[in-house]
Amino acid sequence: MLRVRVWRGGADGALQAFEVPRYPSQTVLDVVTHIQRKLDPTLAYRYACRVGMCGSCAMTVNGVPRWTCRTHVDKVVQKNQLTIGPLRNLPVIRDLVADMRTFFDKWERAKGHFDGASTKADDFARVPPDSPERKTIDAGVECIGCGVCYAACDVVSWNPDYLGPAALNRAWTLVQDVRDGKTIERLQAVAGDAGCHACHTHTSCTERCPKHISPTAGIAGLKRAVAKATFEGKL
Amino acid sequence: MSYRSDTKLWLAQRASAGVLAVCVTVHLVTIVYAVRGGLTAAEIFARTRGSVGWLAFYTVFVLAVAVHAPIGLRPVLTEWLGWRGRSRDVVLFIFATALVWMGMRAVLTVFA
Repeated sequence: MLRVRVWRGGADGALQAFEVPRYPSQTVLDVVTHIQRKLDPTLAYRYACRVGMCGSCAMTVNGVPRWTCRTHVDKVVQKNQLTIGPLRNLPVIRDLVADMRTFFDKWERAKGHFDGASTKADDFARVPPDSPERKTIDAGVECIGCGVCYAACDVVSWNPDYLGPAALNRAWTLVQDVRDGKTIERLQAVAGDAGCHACHTHTSCTERCPKHISPTAGIAGLKRAVAKATFEGKL
Repeated sequence: MSYRSDTKLWLAQRASAGVLAVCVTVHLVTIVYAVRGGLTAAEIFARTRGSVGWLAFYTVFVLAVAVHAPIGLRPVLTEWLGWRGRSRDVVLFIFATALVWMGMRAVLTVFA
Protein backbone atom coordinates (compact mmCIF):
# COMPACT_ATOMS: atom_id res chain seq x y z
CA MET A 1 0.00 0.00 0.00
CA LEU A 2 1.14 3.50 -0.84
CA ARG A 3 1.02 6.05 1.96
CA VAL A 4 -0.45 9.30 0.60
CA ARG A 5 -0.90 12.61 2.37
CA VAL A 6 -3.34 14.96 0.65
CA TRP A 7 -4.03 18.62 1.36
CA ARG A 8 -7.58 19.13 2.64
CA GLY A 9 -9.42 22.42 3.08
CA GLY A 10 -8.42 25.96 2.12
CA ALA A 11 -5.33 28.01 2.94
CA ASP A 12 -5.56 27.02 6.62
CA GLY A 13 -6.22 23.35 5.88
CA ALA A 14 -4.05 20.36 6.72
CA LEU A 15 -2.71 17.14 5.26
CA GLN A 16 -4.87 14.02 5.54
CA ALA A 17 -3.36 10.54 5.31
CA PHE A 18 -4.69 7.77 3.05
CA GLU A 19 -3.50 4.32 2.01
CA VAL A 20 -3.84 3.52 -1.67
CA PRO A 21 -3.09 0.17 -3.40
CA ARG A 22 -0.17 0.18 -5.87
CA TYR A 23 -0.68 -0.75 -9.51
CA PRO A 24 1.74 -1.04 -12.44
CA SER A 25 2.09 2.22 -14.43
CA GLN A 26 0.02 4.02 -11.81
CA THR A 27 -0.04 7.82 -12.18
CA VAL A 28 -0.44 10.36 -9.39
CA LEU A 29 -3.80 11.28 -10.93
CA ASP A 30 -4.82 7.59 -10.58
CA VAL A 31 -3.94 7.84 -6.88
CA VAL A 32 -6.02 10.99 -6.36
CA THR A 33 -8.93 9.48 -8.33
CA HIS A 34 -8.78 6.29 -6.22
CA ILE A 35 -9.03 8.37 -3.04
CA GLN A 36 -11.99 10.35 -4.38
CA ARG A 37 -13.87 7.31 -5.72
CA LYS A 38 -13.11 4.71 -3.05
CA LEU A 39 -12.04 6.45 0.15
CA ASP A 40 -13.45 9.96 0.42
CA PRO A 41 -15.91 11.31 -2.20
CA THR A 42 -15.64 14.84 -0.76
CA LEU A 43 -12.08 15.28 -2.08
CA ALA A 44 -11.97 18.18 -4.57
CA TYR A 45 -9.50 18.06 -7.47
CA ARG A 46 -9.46 19.09 -11.11
CA TYR A 47 -8.70 17.14 -14.27
CA ALA A 48 -10.09 16.71 -17.76
CA CYS A 49 -8.13 14.94 -20.50
CA ARG A 50 -5.89 12.53 -18.48
CA VAL A 51 -3.34 12.51 -21.32
CA GLY A 52 -1.30 15.70 -20.93
CA MET A 53 -3.24 17.90 -23.31
CA CYS A 54 -5.43 20.12 -21.13
CA GLY A 55 -3.08 21.07 -18.29
CA SER A 56 -5.84 21.14 -15.66
CA CYS A 57 -4.53 18.40 -13.33
CA ALA A 58 -1.37 20.23 -12.21
CA MET A 59 -0.67 19.82 -8.48
CA THR A 60 2.27 19.87 -6.11
CA VAL A 61 3.66 16.35 -5.75
CA ASN A 62 6.34 15.85 -3.09
CA GLY A 63 7.06 19.57 -3.24
CA VAL A 64 7.31 19.82 -7.04
CA PRO A 65 4.63 21.18 -9.40
CA ARG A 66 3.69 18.54 -11.96
CA TRP A 67 0.96 17.32 -14.28
CA THR A 68 -0.39 14.47 -12.18
CA CYS A 69 -1.73 12.62 -15.24
CA ARG A 70 1.75 12.37 -16.76
CA THR A 71 3.61 11.62 -13.54
CA HIS A 72 4.13 7.96 -12.70
CA VAL A 73 4.13 7.16 -9.00
CA ASP A 74 7.35 5.15 -9.54
CA LYS A 75 9.17 8.31 -10.64
CA VAL A 76 8.30 10.48 -7.64
CA VAL A 77 7.53 8.20 -4.68
CA GLN A 78 9.88 8.62 -1.72
CA LYS A 79 9.99 5.93 0.99
CA ASN A 80 6.64 4.62 -0.26
CA GLN A 81 5.08 8.03 0.46
CA LEU A 82 3.49 10.78 -1.64
CA THR A 83 2.49 14.25 -0.46
CA ILE A 84 0.03 15.93 -2.80
CA GLY A 85 -1.09 19.55 -2.53
CA PRO A 86 -2.58 22.28 -4.70
CA LEU A 87 -0.35 24.42 -6.95
CA ARG A 88 1.80 26.92 -5.04
CA ASN A 89 1.54 30.73 -5.53
CA LEU A 90 -2.22 30.58 -6.12
CA PRO A 91 -5.12 30.82 -3.65
CA VAL A 92 -6.54 27.44 -2.63
CA ILE A 93 -10.25 27.03 -3.33
CA ARG A 94 -10.49 23.66 -1.62
CA ASP A 95 -8.30 20.58 -1.25
CA LEU A 96 -6.28 20.20 -4.48
CA VAL A 97 -8.07 22.91 -6.47
CA ALA A 98 -6.16 26.17 -6.91
CA ASP A 99 -7.85 29.38 -8.01
CA MET A 100 -6.31 30.13 -11.43
CA ARG A 101 -7.87 33.58 -11.86
CA THR A 102 -4.77 35.57 -10.86
CA PHE A 103 -2.71 33.46 -13.27
CA PHE A 104 -4.96 34.23 -16.25
CA ASP A 105 -5.54 37.86 -15.20
CA LYS A 106 -1.78 38.30 -15.53
CA TRP A 107 -1.89 36.98 -19.11
CA GLU A 108 -4.32 39.84 -19.80
CA ARG A 109 -2.08 42.34 -17.99
CA ALA A 110 0.83 41.19 -20.18
CA LYS A 111 -1.36 41.73 -23.27
CA GLY A 112 -1.16 38.03 -23.97
CA HIS A 113 -3.62 38.13 -26.84
CA PHE A 114 -3.03 38.58 -30.56
CA ASP A 115 -3.91 42.02 -31.91
CA GLY A 116 -3.59 42.00 -35.67
CA ALA A 117 -2.33 45.01 -37.59
CA SER A 118 -4.01 44.18 -40.90
CA THR A 119 -7.62 44.15 -42.06
CA LYS A 120 -9.62 41.67 -44.12
CA ALA A 121 -8.82 43.83 -47.18
CA ASP A 122 -5.10 43.10 -46.78
CA ASP A 123 -3.36 40.12 -48.32
CA PHE A 124 -2.26 37.19 -46.15
CA ALA A 125 0.92 37.74 -44.16
CA ARG A 126 3.71 35.52 -45.40
CA VAL A 127 5.77 34.11 -42.55
CA PRO A 128 8.49 31.71 -43.75
CA PRO A 129 8.64 28.67 -41.43
CA ASP A 130 12.41 29.00 -41.17
CA SER A 131 12.44 32.73 -40.33
CA PRO A 132 14.05 33.56 -36.96
CA GLU A 133 10.80 35.04 -35.65
CA ARG A 134 8.76 31.97 -36.57
CA LYS A 135 11.37 29.64 -35.00
CA THR A 136 11.34 31.70 -31.81
CA ILE A 137 7.55 31.51 -31.68
CA ASP A 138 7.68 27.73 -32.25
CA ALA A 139 9.91 27.39 -29.19
CA GLY A 140 7.37 29.02 -26.89
CA VAL A 141 3.91 28.76 -28.43
CA GLU A 142 2.94 25.28 -27.22
CA CYS A 143 2.14 26.53 -23.70
CA ILE A 144 -1.25 25.18 -22.54
CA GLY A 145 -1.52 27.40 -19.45
CA CYS A 146 -1.25 24.67 -16.81
CA GLY A 147 0.38 26.97 -14.24
CA VAL A 148 3.28 24.63 -13.39
CA CYS A 149 5.89 27.30 -14.21
CA TYR A 150 3.98 29.88 -12.17
CA ALA A 151 3.90 27.54 -9.16
CA ALA A 152 7.61 26.75 -9.59
CA CYS A 153 8.66 30.43 -9.68
CA ASP A 154 10.19 31.79 -6.45
CA VAL A 155 9.98 35.38 -7.73
CA VAL A 156 6.16 35.06 -7.88
CA SER A 157 6.14 33.92 -4.24
CA TRP A 158 8.32 36.88 -3.19
CA ASN A 159 6.72 39.49 -5.44
CA PRO A 160 3.00 38.72 -5.91
CA ASP A 161 2.66 41.46 -8.57
CA TYR A 162 5.15 39.70 -10.84
CA LEU A 163 3.49 38.63 -14.09
CA GLY A 164 5.17 35.24 -14.00
CA PRO A 165 6.79 32.99 -16.61
CA ALA A 166 3.70 31.88 -18.57
CA ALA A 167 2.30 35.37 -19.20
CA LEU A 168 5.74 36.69 -20.17
CA ASN A 169 6.40 33.71 -22.44
CA ARG A 170 3.08 34.38 -24.19
CA ALA A 171 3.95 38.07 -24.56
CA TRP A 172 7.31 37.08 -26.05
CA THR A 173 5.72 34.88 -28.72
CA LEU A 174 3.43 37.80 -29.66
CA VAL A 175 6.32 40.29 -29.76
CA GLN A 176 7.89 37.95 -32.33
CA ASP A 177 4.68 37.75 -34.39
CA VAL A 178 5.14 39.97 -37.46
CA ARG A 179 1.34 40.18 -37.94
CA ASP A 180 0.76 41.69 -34.49
CA GLY A 181 0.39 45.47 -34.25
CA LYS A 182 0.71 46.11 -30.51
CA THR A 183 4.36 45.36 -29.83
CA ILE A 184 5.15 48.66 -28.12
CA GLU A 185 2.04 48.53 -25.91
CA ARG A 186 2.94 44.96 -24.99
CA LEU A 187 6.55 45.87 -24.17
CA GLN A 188 5.22 48.68 -21.96
CA ALA A 189 2.99 46.14 -20.22
CA VAL A 190 5.79 43.66 -19.53
CA ALA A 191 8.62 46.09 -18.63
CA GLY A 192 9.48 46.97 -15.05
CA ASP A 193 9.65 45.49 -11.57
CA ALA A 194 6.42 43.51 -11.94
CA GLY A 195 7.41 42.30 -15.40
CA CYS A 196 10.40 40.84 -17.20
CA HIS A 197 12.94 42.85 -15.19
CA ALA A 198 11.93 41.06 -11.99
CA CYS A 199 13.14 37.68 -13.31
CA HIS A 200 16.29 36.46 -11.51
CA THR A 201 16.94 33.72 -14.08
CA HIS A 202 16.57 30.94 -11.51
CA THR A 203 15.18 28.85 -14.42
CA SER A 204 12.76 26.93 -12.17
CA CYS A 205 10.04 27.53 -14.80
CA THR A 206 12.23 26.06 -17.53
CA GLU A 207 13.19 23.13 -15.30
CA ARG A 208 9.56 22.25 -14.50
CA CYS A 209 7.69 23.07 -17.75
CA PRO A 210 6.09 19.77 -18.88
CA LYS A 211 6.15 21.07 -22.48
CA HIS A 212 9.90 21.73 -22.30
CA ILE A 213 9.40 25.41 -23.06
CA SER A 214 11.99 27.85 -21.74
CA PRO A 215 10.13 30.89 -20.39
CA THR A 216 13.52 32.03 -19.07
CA ALA A 217 14.75 32.45 -22.66
CA GLY A 218 11.57 34.33 -23.58
CA ILE A 219 11.91 36.66 -20.60
CA ALA A 220 15.55 37.35 -21.56
CA GLY A 221 14.29 38.13 -25.07
CA LEU A 222 11.74 40.57 -23.64
CA LYS A 223 14.51 42.32 -21.67
CA ARG A 224 16.47 42.73 -24.92
CA ALA A 225 13.40 43.93 -26.81
CA VAL A 226 12.55 46.45 -24.06
CA ALA A 227 16.16 47.73 -24.04
CA LYS A 228 16.16 48.09 -27.84
CA ALA A 229 12.82 49.95 -27.81
CA THR A 230 14.13 52.23 -25.05
CA PHE A 231 17.28 53.12 -27.02
CA GLU A 232 15.14 53.77 -30.09
CA GLY A 233 12.91 56.10 -28.05
CA LYS A 234 9.80 53.99 -28.70
CA LEU A 235 8.98 53.08 -25.13
CA MET B 1 8.15 53.89 -10.22
CA SER B 2 7.02 53.55 -13.80
CA TYR B 3 8.09 50.90 -16.28
CA ARG B 4 10.32 53.56 -17.89
CA SER B 5 12.20 54.25 -14.64
CA ASP B 6 12.43 50.53 -13.88
CA THR B 7 13.82 49.89 -17.35
CA LYS B 8 16.40 52.67 -17.04
CA LEU B 9 17.51 51.37 -13.65
CA TRP B 10 17.86 47.88 -15.12
CA LEU B 11 19.94 49.25 -18.01
CA ALA B 12 22.08 51.24 -15.56
CA GLN B 13 22.72 48.13 -13.53
CA ARG B 14 23.66 46.10 -16.59
CA ALA B 15 26.00 48.86 -17.81
CA SER B 16 27.59 49.33 -14.38
CA ALA B 17 28.08 45.55 -14.14
CA GLY B 18 30.07 45.69 -17.38
CA VAL B 19 32.23 48.50 -16.01
CA LEU B 20 32.70 46.63 -12.71
CA ALA B 21 33.79 43.46 -14.49
CA VAL B 22 36.72 45.41 -16.00
CA CYS B 23 37.45 47.42 -12.83
CA VAL B 24 37.48 44.39 -10.51
CA THR B 25 39.79 42.51 -12.88
CA VAL B 26 42.26 45.42 -13.11
CA HIS B 27 42.03 45.93 -9.32
CA LEU B 28 42.74 42.25 -8.52
CA VAL B 29 45.59 42.02 -11.03
CA THR B 30 47.08 45.18 -9.51
CA ILE B 31 46.85 43.71 -6.00
CA VAL B 32 48.57 40.48 -7.06
CA TYR B 33 51.28 42.50 -8.86
CA ALA B 34 51.72 45.01 -6.02
CA VAL B 35 52.11 42.55 -3.15
CA ARG B 36 55.03 40.63 -4.58
CA GLY B 37 57.87 41.14 -2.12
CA GLY B 38 55.64 42.73 0.54
CA LEU B 39 53.30 45.68 0.64
CA THR B 40 53.88 49.05 2.31
CA ALA B 41 51.88 52.27 2.52
CA ALA B 42 54.82 54.10 0.97
CA GLU B 43 54.75 51.78 -2.03
CA ILE B 44 51.02 52.35 -2.55
CA PHE B 45 51.35 56.11 -2.26
CA ALA B 46 54.28 56.06 -4.66
CA ARG B 47 51.99 54.55 -7.26
CA THR B 48 48.86 56.60 -6.62
CA ARG B 49 49.97 60.05 -5.44
CA GLY B 50 49.56 62.52 -8.28
CA SER B 51 48.59 59.78 -10.72
CA VAL B 52 45.67 61.11 -12.77
CA GLY B 53 45.30 57.65 -14.39
CA TRP B 54 44.69 55.86 -11.06
CA LEU B 55 42.47 58.75 -9.90
CA ALA B 56 40.33 58.38 -13.02
CA PHE B 57 40.26 54.57 -12.77
CA TYR B 58 39.16 54.45 -9.12
CA THR B 59 36.68 57.29 -9.63
CA VAL B 60 34.98 55.25 -12.34
CA PHE B 61 35.15 52.18 -10.05
CA VAL B 62 33.49 54.04 -7.15
CA LEU B 63 30.77 55.53 -9.35
CA ALA B 64 30.01 52.12 -10.89
CA VAL B 65 29.68 50.61 -7.39
CA ALA B 66 27.42 53.48 -6.29
CA VAL B 67 25.13 52.84 -9.28
CA HIS B 68 25.23 49.05 -9.17
CA ALA B 69 24.81 48.18 -5.47
CA PRO B 70 21.69 50.24 -4.62
CA ILE B 71 19.85 49.06 -7.74
CA GLY B 72 20.68 45.48 -6.80
CA LEU B 73 19.41 46.06 -3.26
CA ARG B 74 16.03 47.30 -4.54
CA PRO B 75 14.54 43.89 -5.35
CA VAL B 76 16.21 42.39 -2.27
CA LEU B 77 14.37 44.87 -0.03
CA THR B 78 11.12 44.27 -1.91
CA GLU B 79 11.30 40.48 -2.05
CA TRP B 80 12.69 39.84 1.44
CA LEU B 81 11.08 42.66 3.43
CA GLY B 82 8.12 43.65 1.25
CA TRP B 83 9.50 47.20 1.22
CA ARG B 84 8.38 49.17 -1.87
CA GLY B 85 7.65 52.70 -2.93
CA ARG B 86 9.26 56.06 -2.38
CA SER B 87 10.66 55.47 1.11
CA ARG B 88 12.69 52.50 -0.17
CA ASP B 89 14.06 54.50 -3.11
CA VAL B 90 14.93 57.50 -0.90
CA VAL B 91 16.90 55.25 1.47
CA LEU B 92 18.68 53.63 -1.49
CA PHE B 93 19.54 57.06 -2.90
CA ILE B 94 21.06 57.99 0.46
CA PHE B 95 22.97 54.69 0.40
CA ALA B 96 24.25 55.50 -3.12
CA THR B 97 25.36 58.96 -1.95
CA ALA B 98 27.15 57.41 1.04
CA LEU B 99 28.98 55.00 -1.28
CA VAL B 100 30.13 57.89 -3.48
CA TRP B 101 31.21 59.94 -0.45
CA MET B 102 33.13 57.12 1.26
CA GLY B 103 34.62 55.83 -1.96
CA MET B 104 35.74 59.21 -3.28
CA ARG B 105 37.16 60.15 0.13
CA ALA B 106 39.42 57.08 -0.07
CA VAL B 107 40.33 57.72 -3.71
CA LEU B 108 41.24 61.37 -3.07
CA THR B 109 43.22 60.44 0.04
CA VAL B 110 45.57 58.17 -1.91
CA PHE B 111 45.78 60.68 -4.79
CA ALA B 112 46.61 63.92 -2.95
